Amino acid sequence: MRTIHRKLLRDLTELRGQVAAIAVVIAAGVMMLIIAVTTLDAISLTKERFYRDSAFADVFVDLKRAPEGLIQRLVEIPGVNQVETRVKAPVRMEVPEYENPVRGEIISIPDGRQPTLNRLYLREGFLPEAGRWDQVAISEPFSQAHGLRAGDTLTVIIRGRLETLTVTGVVLSPEYVYQLGPADLLPDYERFGVLWMNRRALANAFGMDGAFNNVVLTLRAGVREEPVIDALDQLLGPYGGIGAHGRDDQPSHFFLSMELDQLRVMAVILPTIFLAVSAFLLNVLMGRIIRIQRQQVAVLKAFGYGNRDMAIHYGLLTGLIVLVGSALGTGLGAWAADALAAVYMEYFRFPEMSFRLQPRVILLAVGVAGAAAAVGTARAVYGAVRLPPAEAMRPPAPEHFRQGWLERSRLGALLDQPTRIIVRNLSRHRYKAGLSVLGIGLSAALLLLGSYQFGAVTQMIDVQYRLVQKMDINLHFTDPTPERALAELRVMPGVQYVEGFRNVPVRLASGRHDYRTTILGMDARPGLYGLIDADYRSVRLPPDGLVLTDYLAGHLGVRPGDRVQVEIMEGHRRTVGVEVAATVSEPIGVSAYMERRALNRLMREGPAITGTWLLTDAGQHPDLFDRLWEVPRVASIGLILDAESAIRTYIEDTVLIFMAVLLVLAGSIAFAVVYNNARIAFAERARELATLRVLGFTRAEIAWILIGELVLLTLLAIPVGWLVGTGFALLLNEAMSMDMFRLPFLITPRTYAFAAAGVLLATALSVVLIGHRLRRLDMVSALKTVE
Amino acid sequence: MDAGMEVRGQGGRQVVFATRGLTKVYLTGDVEIHALRGVDMELYAGELTVMLGASGSGKSTLLNILGGLDSATDGQVLYGEQDLVRAGDRVLTAFRRDHVGFVFQFYNLISSLTARENVAIVTEISRNPMTPEDALALVGLEKRMDHFPSQLSGGEQQRVAIARAIAKQPAVLLCDEPTGALDSKTGVQVLEAIEHVNRELDTTTAVITHNVVIAEMADRVIRLSDGLVSDVHVNERRRPPSELSW
Ligand SMILES: Nc1ncnc2c1ncn2[C@@H]1O[C@H](COP(=O)(O)OP(=O)(O)OP(=O)(O)O)[C@@H](O)[C@H]1O
Ligand SMILES: [Mg+2]
Repeated sequence: MRTIHRKLLRDLTELRGQVAAIAVVIAAGVMMLIIAVTTLDAISLTKERFYRDSAFADVFVDLKRAPEGLIQRLVEIPGVNQVETRVKAPVRMEVPEYENPVRGEIISIPDGRQPTLNRLYLREGFLPEAGRWDQVAISEPFSQAHGLRAGDTLTVIIRGRLETLTVTGVVLSPEYVYQLGPADLLPDYERFGVLWMNRRALANAFGMDGAFNNVVLTLRAGVREEPVIDALDQLLGPYGGIGAHGRDDQPSHFFLSMELDQLRVMAVILPTIFLAVSAFLLNVLMGRIIRIQRQQVAVLKAFGYGNRDMAIHYGLLTGLIVLVGSALGTGLGAWAADALAAVYMEYFRFPEMSFRLQPRVILLAVGVAGAAAAVGTARAVYGAVRLPPAEAMRPPAPEHFRQGWLERSRLGALLDQPTRIIVRNLSRHRYKAGLSVLGIGLSAALLLLGSYQFGAVTQMIDVQYRLVQKMDINLHFTDPTPERALAELRVMPGVQYVEGFRNVPVRLASGRHDYRTTILGMDARPGLYGLIDADYRSVRLPPDGLVLTDYLAGHLGVRPGDRVQVEIMEGHRRTVGVEVAATVSEPIGVSAYMERRALNRLMREGPAITGTWLLTDAGQHPDLFDRLWEVPRVASIGLILDAESAIRTYIEDTVLIFMAVLLVLAGSIAFAVVYNNARIAFAERARELATLRVLGFTRAEIAWILIGELVLLTLLAIPVGWLVGTGFALLLNEAMSMDMFRLPFLITPRTYAFAAAGVLLATALSVVLIGHRLRRLDMVSALKTVE
Repeated sequence: MDAGMEVRGQGGRQVVFATRGLTKVYLTGDVEIHALRGVDMELYAGELTVMLGASGSGKSTLLNILGGLDSATDGQVLYGEQDLVRAGDRVLTAFRRDHVGFVFQFYNLISSLTARENVAIVTEISRNPMTPEDALALVGLEKRMDHFPSQLSGGEQQRVAIARAIAKQPAVLLCDEPTGALDSKTGVQVLEAIEHVNRELDTTTAVITHNVVIAEMADRVIRLSDGLVSDVHVNERRRPPSELSW
């Protein structure tokens, strides 16, 4: 091996602490990119594959009832490829060994075979056999939640009739990748299940013989969905069609897309911030490592090594470090992305996860890291080779120091000699000190970015469940119901307070923008539901006009005073213009509100309600639920407490795990930067410190010169970190504002304290490690060797 | 660059180096330090020259410029026909690689390499080197070849530096205080090594020293004072280093 390469290896070993720290910075940047992009890719890829393999429909529509003969007309709609008519029935179920009532949905499949569209993926068992009336296939998450296997039985109540059905198989459907019950925000696998049954059996039980109440269809390639949807609405309106919609409004697809959007944003913003920060740090760190070797560069040059040789030598050094860091980052990134994708698969049910590492992404990450390192290296190497060797070889001439204002001031008189050295060192090397402060500050900023969401998310959920949803139970009826139902509920066991609401599914449109949501009609100042503005003050509903969530208003591009087109997607479908009276800022959901009577008037109906909120005594819930399930109109019963814990778990599982990973990476970077800074400071000062020891300074005094400088730099870096970190967090927050969740931009003092504590801890650790070196500082050899 | 050895000085000897009006001004802050104020001198082929002068007289500065390690402020340094003052980095690198062996006043060994490796790193890029082992044996360090600089005494480090300079069998050997840190006995050993290279290989050699005794081994002695050549003295006869002691 050539000696110069041997030198390279020796240098790497000698600098292993710093090399490791730099590798960590690279690894963190690379890992962030790989995690974000690979997780996103895994889910998108899995989704695409499942949608394709199962022939997932493009357009969906529910209706009251239409004769099977109508299918011919459906097929003839221009642009339609394949059509499947189905029967879909809401049911209640009794599951063995499970106390609580379970809701479900049964969907028909052609007798004894796979449907053409939305084909089922058989995880276990088989589909109901042709001609059997008592067999069902059930969805996988539901089967897992209750331990139901092929061969087990369950009781289903269809239109008041009890049927005992045998499970033939466990399946997955593209319609229920995200298995959500009607009116739910989050999956509840225990209380909601999806079943598939032979068409004739289901139609018979549901009174749909020779008819259908649901259509799914695919479009020909390149056909836009709007004209088809319009044609469908025309055709199915008379049969109680409630408005066809594309995939965008299909609940499972909607949530999946939203999650993917969110991931996509994270996959851009976080790695960009991380890689940018690592690139900057890398640049600085590589530069410093090489600057220490300035004299060696000069010696090699003096003996005839050219600039190219030096560039290659240090290029190799940098390349090796980048290689180690990238390999580490890629390995850990792939591992973490795999784990994270598995977490998402818990919520999004796919037959199997397609996971791949894209060489493109790895190349990009390594390229960015390599380029940053190369720039830092090149600048330092250039700085070293530019000088004539004689000049570079000379131990840096005693520097040109001046007394700064601090020393001349009265305060300065109080400084002892070592402290004065610190102050002079820092003010003399302002640029270098500035870079150190910025470097440590950036790592503090990453810590802040990694931790602020924990506070923000808690805040968001608190607001939602303390200030917005103040009820204990949320009841939905199957149809609009007269107000007197409230009186019935008031006397049920444990019910303390009842409030009714009217919920209408609508499509809001303004100009080119539209959005499917519901209008919630309620009392002007409801007791159990809080309408709040940006400052969490409660807002009173105006007697007339629409109140929109500010996010929705922004989406539609309307302001109070503007009119929006409200397309009512229930009963007789009409479109009416309604004025926007106000906006509210809620953290979760995209709702529209109206005073209930005003909504009733809009619907041209009496004082009807479609659901109620209850305050209850939790001790009597079992009795209450028994009674509630006997009310035929009750479509769903939601326990708010369950919903809250479900949403907390969901967020912890997804967003916060991501953030935890980010935090670990930020922590590693912080430590790497601070430690590196300390090592360099030590290397640069070793001679000077040894000289001072020789002159009679104590260990503590010289330790203070080094440690005091490090601590001072860290203290200066903290406010920088707060500032930059707040900027990062704001950027992420803006980008992550999605339909369903809008994180309030809130950085708690605890978050700031955490970021500061993080870098201080890193400093303390580095000081301990450096202290070890200081104790071993050998006066003689430090003075003898010329680096 | 092969120095066209056509240039002849008085007496017909071949001139290897010639400086004309060589000046070097250091700028430190607002202060100008005139280290060389117009030096005119020659080094002849195969000759051993000793440069004497008080501390700060500009000896190291002159030698560094001759070796292509430093730039001059003004004047000419002719190596053969090549003007080093106006040469670019590529030419200077080739010059140092192929023609010059240098011994630094402060040794400047690479701390992460052993004695042998410190020599090898130079011989590996030379055209016609001796082995690192032979070079180290010449300075009496055959037993310490695998020691790192921090494990060697100052004098031993200096000898490694000399082995490193002579190992490539350069056309020109420039030594800045090669015996500064050595006692008389090892100093003589080192000077013998230098003389050996000078004699056997006909290497043009310049040695800086404070030590007037050492001047007796030279063909010629150049005295510098205050950045100028104050005196050039030709020895009747070179005394072999073994006869010297101090
Ligand atoms: N890098 C520099 N910057 C400023 N002045 C310098 C520098 N190097 C040398 N000098 C000054 O130039 C003058 C000549 O220095 P040089 O090192 O050539 O002296 P020298 O003759 O080798 O002395 P010594 O015998 O002490 O080694 C001295 O006054 C010195 O202070
Ligand atoms: Mg000198």
